[in-house]
Amino acid sequence: MSNAPFVEVKDLRRVFDVSKPWLNRVLEGGEKQYLKAVDGISFDIARGETFALVGESGSGKSTVARMVVGLLPPSGGGVTIDGVSMADAAQAAARQRLRRRIQMIFQDPYASLNPRWRVDRIVAEPIRAFDLIKGEREIANRVGELLSLVGLHPDDGKKFPHEFSGGQRQRIAIARALASNAEFIVCDEPTSALDVSVQAQILNLMRDLQDRLGLTYLFISHNLAVVRHMASRIGVMYLGRIVEVSGGRELFQAPKHPYTRMLLDAVPDIGMTGRQRVPVNGEIPNPINPPSGCPFNPRCPFANDRCRTERPPLDEGVACHAVHERRIDVPVAA
Amino acid sequence: MHAPVPAPAAPPKGRLARFLDSDLFYSFRTSPMAILAGTVAALMTLAALLAGLLAPQNAFDPAALNLMDGYTKPLEQGLGSQGLFVLGADAQGRDILSAILFGSRLSLVVGVASVAFSLVLGVGLGLLAGYVGGRIEALIMRIADIQLSFPAILIALLVFGVARGLIPPHRHEEMAVVVLIIAIGLSNWAQYARTVRASTLVEKNKDYVQAARLLGISPLPVMLKHLLPNVAGPVLVIATINLALAIIEEATLSYLGVGVPATQPSLGTLIRFGQQYLFSGEWWILLFPALALVLLALSINLLGDWLRDALNPKLR
Repeated sequence: MSNAPFVEVKDLRRVFDVSKPWLNRVLEGGEKQYLKAVDGISFDIARGETFALVGESGSGKSTVARMVVGLLPPSGGGVTIDGVSMADAAQAAARQRLRRRIQMIFQDPYASLNPRWRVDRIVAEPIRAFDLIKGEREIANRVGELLSLVGLHPDDGKKFPHEFSGGQRQRIAIARALASNAEFIVCDEPTSALDVSVQAQILNLMRDLQDRLGLTYLFISHNLAVVRHMASRIGVMYLGRIVEVSGGRELFQAPKHPYTRMLLDAVPDIGMTGRQRVPVNGEIPNPINPPSGCPFNPRCPFANDRCRTERPPLDEGVACHAVHERRIDVPVAA
Repeated sequence: MHAPVPAPAAPPKGRLARFLDSDLFYSFRTSPMAILAGTVAALMTLAALLAGLLAPQNAFDPAALNLMDGYTKPLEQGLGSQGLFVLGADAQGRDILSAILFGSRLSLVVGVASVAFSLVLGVGLGLLAGYVGGRIEALIMRIADIQLSFPAILIALLVFGVARGLIPPHRHEEMAVVVLIIAIGLSNWAQYARTVRASTLVEKNKDYVQAARLLGISPLPVMLKHLLPNVAGPVLVIATINLALAIIEEATLSYLGVGVPATQPSLGTLIRFGQQYLFSGEWWILLFPALALVLLALSINLLGDWLRDALNPKLR
C-alpha cells in the first residue's frame, strides 16, 4: 500500500441535468439537456504534496473538489483516498473513519462560517462531531491551541465571525479544517475572495502548516501566481478535462499545451520585458454543447482537421495533437 | 512572514449589556411609536396576566355574579353588591372591567399558543421542504398553496367543526380552548412554511452547511443547529404581526359563537353579547371590550411593523 498514491482520482465524471422542467418540455418540446461539468479526469496526489488544479471559470475545478471530498456523488469514475474508495458501499465504515482525515477550505470566508455561531463553537464542531476529545475544558484548550496555530488569539473564540476581517475568517476556517487532525485538505480557491496583501499571509500560513503537520493539499485556483507559490504539481483544466499535467516549475518554464501557453502569456509581469504576447482570444465554449474533438480547437491557433474530430488523449502530460505530432516545438525546461 | 498576533479580545459582555447596546434596542429607543405600542402592549399583557389579582370580580365564576347589578352604568354603584362598576356591568351583572381583564387573558393565551403552534408546524415543514427538496417539498408546498387559497377563518371553522364532531359532547367545554388553539394554528402555518423554505433554499447552499455535511453530520442536526438560527429572523417578524391576527381570529370565532364557552367569555364573546344591547342604550357592554380588542391588536401590530423595519437592513 505504501507505494500507492495517497489520493487517486480515476476517470472522474460528473454530468448535471440542466433540462427544463418536465411540463415545459412536454408543452414546448425540446430534449433533455445534460452538462458534462467534469469529463473523465484522472490524477494522483502523493502524501505531503500540493496538487493544484487551475482553469478558467466554468472549467469544472470546483466540481472536482466537491466530488473528491464526497459532497457531490460522481456520475462515473471514482476517488480513492488512502486505499478507501469514496463510492464503494462495502467500505462505508472505513469511509466514515476517513472523513475525519479529509477537510475542505472554502472560497468565501463570509459564507463558510455560520454567522450565528461563536468562533469557538465553529472550530470545535469537528472535534465534537468525531468525538475526538472528552470534556468541555479540554475542548476549549484545544480550540485555543488551534486559534494560536493559525495566528489568532485564543480569546477570539468568544467572538462572532462578523467581528473578523476576510483574512482572519479564512484563518478560522483553516483552524476548523485542522481541528479534526485532517491530513488531506481540499482548498477551493481559498484566497480568491481576499485582498492581495492578505492572500500572501494566508498562503504562507498554509505552506507553514503543511511543513509542520505534513498536510496534503488539493489546491483549486484560477490564479497562476498563487498556484506557482503553492503547488508541487499542477493540472490545467479546460472544459471539464485536464489538458496538461506537469511539475510546478516545468509548467511555468516550459508550457506545452497551447492553452497553457496562452494563459501564461496573459499573466502580467512587472518586469516590463516587452516580450511579444499572444492575446487571449475567445472564451470557454458552452459545456452543454462542447466542440467535437479537442475541446480547445475553436480557440487554438494550431488546430487542424484531426483536432476538430478526434479527442486527444493525455499523453506525456499533455493532451494535444499538435504537441504529440511535433507540429509545434516544445520548450525544454532549463 | 506571520501576521502579528492581534490584541487580546475585549472581555465578552453579558447578554443584557449586549442587548442594550444592540442596533435593535437603539432603534426601539429612538422610535416613539414603538415605545408607545410596546408600553400599551406590555401594560395590557401584564394586566391580563394579573387578572385574578386586579379584577374586582371573578368574571368566569357564575356564582360571583349578582343579577341585581345587571345593566349598571359605568362609574355607578350596583344595586345588588353595592360595588363600584367602573366600566359598567352587563345583563347578568358581570363587571365589564373584570370581564375585559379575564377575557383579554384568554385572548392572549389563545393567540400566543396558536402562533406558537403554527410557528413550530410551519417552520418545521418549511425547513424540511427547503432542505430535503424533491417530492416532499412539492407535497408540502402544494398543500400550503391550497390552504392559502382559502380564507384562514374558513379553515379554522372547518377544523373547529371537525374537532367538535370527534370530541364527546360532555368534554366540549374543557376542550374548547385547546381546539380553538389548534384550529387557529392550523389555519396559519402556510405563511411560515413559505418564508422558511425560501430562506432555507438560500442558506443550504452556503458553505457553512457544506462544511457541516462534510463532517458527516446528519440532516436533522444540520437543520436545527445550522439552518434554524439563520432563517428565524423574518419568521419572528411574521409571528409578531400574526399574534395580532390570531387574537382577532379568536375574537371572530368567538363572535360567531364557535369559540370559547359563554361562561368563560373572551373579548370576542363579550362583543357578541354587547351588540345585542347596543340599540337599547347599554352601549358600554359593547364599547369597552371592543376598545380593548382594538388597543391590544393595534399595539401588537405596530410593534410587529416596527420590528420588521428595524430588522430590514435596507431601511436603516
